[in-house]
Amino acid sequence: MSAVPDTMRFDLRVIASKIEPGSRVLDLGCGSGDLLAWLAENKQVIGSGVEQDKTKAALCISRGLSVVQGDMNEEVDDYPDKCFDYVILSQTLQQVWEPARLLYSLSRIGRRFIVSFPNFGHYSIRLQLLLKGMAPKSEELPYNWYDTPNIRVITLKDFRRFARDVGYRIVDEIAVKTDADTGSGSVISRWTDLRASYGIFIIEKQT
Amino acid sequence: MNQTIETHLQVGSAGTSEKKLFTFGEPPGELTLESGARLGPITIAYETWGELSPARDNAVLVAHAFSGDSHAAGYYKDDPPGAKPGWWDSLIGPGKGLDTDRCFVICANILGGCSGSTGPSSINPRTGRPYGPDFPMMTIGDIVETQKALLDHLGISSLLAVIGGSVGGMQVLEWCVRYPEMVRAAIPVATTMRHSALAIAFNEVARQSIMADPLWNRGNYYDSEPPHLGLAVARMIGHVTYLSDEALRRKFGRRLQDRERVGYGFDVDFQVESYLRHQGSKFVHRFDANSLLYITKAADYFDLVERRPPARSIRDLTGAATRFLVISYTSDWLYPTYQARELVKALKRVGLNVSFCEIEADCGHDAFLIPDKRLGSLVGGFLDNVRRS
Repeated sequence: MSAVPDTMRFDLRVIASKIEPGSRVLDLGCGSGDLLAWLAENKQVIGSGVEQDKTKAALCISRGLSVVQGDMNEEVDDYPDKCFDYVILSQTLQQVWEPARLLYSLSRIGRRFIVSFPNFGHYSIRLQLLLKGMAPKSEELPYNWYDTPNIRVITLKDFRRFARDVGYRIVDEIAVKTDADTGSGSVISRWTDLRASYGIFIIEKQT
Repeated sequence: MNQTIETHLQVGSAGTSEKKLFTFGEPPGELTLESGARLGPITIAYETWGELSPARDNAVLVAHAFSGDSHAAGYYKDDPPGAKPGWWDSLIGPGKGLDTDRCFVICANILGGCSGSTGPSSINPRTGRPYGPDFPMMTIGDIVETQKALLDHLGISSLLAVIGGSVGGMQVLEWCVRYPEMVRAAIPVATTMRHSALAIAFNEVARQSIMADPLWNRGNYYDSEPPHLGLAVARMIGHVTYLSDEALRRKFGRRLQDRERVGYGFDVDFQVESYLRHQGSKFVHRFDANSLLYITKAADYFDLVERRPPARSIRDLTGAATRFLVISYTSDWLYPTYQARELVKALKRVGLNVSFCEIEADCGHDAFLIPDKRLGSLVGGFLDNVRRS
């Protein structure tokens, strides 16, 4: 198996490495399909995607991927129970109107689901609010309060608590530190709540 | 072959095809239609492009829309200079979405049509005269059965894909529920699982305009002057439903035809009136009024959701291996995108592998027939994926 290419976004590379070969995977917000294409090529994954953007969805289909153009919040409702091994929601949770409902759907249609999101508990964000008294911005969340698509702020700790409260078992938690200048990243294990730019959670619904 | 056609036959053209006829169902082996009526012999006119592979696994069936014919691509050998290529030439040919270097493409004129296949204008062998109103009511399912008979005749037991737009898309879906094991991939384009009241309403107005023409004579007009006026009006109505508000606005607006100011009369004032009259009068030379009645009725009857068992509905596709690519167009108000999404939803619910894309286009339902690279690249990429799996 070839290594996950450097050109792919770092959190996607981490996610790709966690998927077992031959799995059935649904990638929500699959963009131009880089992750799905890589998984199909290298892990013989049976992949599907959902993408809102018509041009990107068309690009996915043209490159031979199985993709539905539509709103993920609606599209997830129609899949049968447990019809995927993994459902991936990467860097979108902070933009979802009804996250609890969406995550429940993910747990219904997938044996496991993988969520990644920017960590709002990063020390630089905490310091900005404390010292400047203004809504924080970061490389991962670069918008102003009035034009941001990121309508939710989530810390790693928030998500852990949420998972515990609704009965999701965290199978794996990966904290990622990225360098915006080089685009490189690394997995970190110490002081993750403060240092991680992203969190990636692999979840199983407790039965 | 004349010079004009020669120059068209570069890379990208499907080349020349010839219309072939296949006849089956000679009495007493007539085809039993869904209504219970028996019809035979039945002749189906068809054309093919590309070569059938030795493994016989590269056949693609193209299903045409209600007024289409078997001439989906390329030219006929005896086409006059400047002749237009087949109706889906932008999609079918070497290197195109349906690549004739790799696929064996088949298109047949539908049962009930008037371009070589048996329909109401064909001779009824029992009377020696055209069927007219004695032609039995037929369904989309009956059309598919005649296509199945043709494929049996050609020795094809598996289809790489079935593709079609509009009423052609209904045939695609009917193929999937009748012969799921034969269809590896299905591409329904600008179509629906069942007509909305709006679509039925437009069809009914078209039918009424024919039946209100005294020359229709209850369908018996083959020895006399045909109901061209009624048929032309039916086409004008149809044509409006194939366009869109945007397309009409862009194409015509309120521009006047050959005049400076309105004429305060019932002659043509506006360009759009002139255009529709032209479309109507052009259509009567290539289409039969009774065919329009029968085919629109078959389309209105088509319903993939509510069916009386043992007829198979969309829900019976559970476990099928057929892969779907559903395509709709933003400005199609005859079969709007919400209907394509209902189809996608139904396919997902039974666990089928489905891709869906809505294409941005302002030209209405007809968009699927207008040359556009996006359709070709979707179809080509999708079929590559099907071949790999």
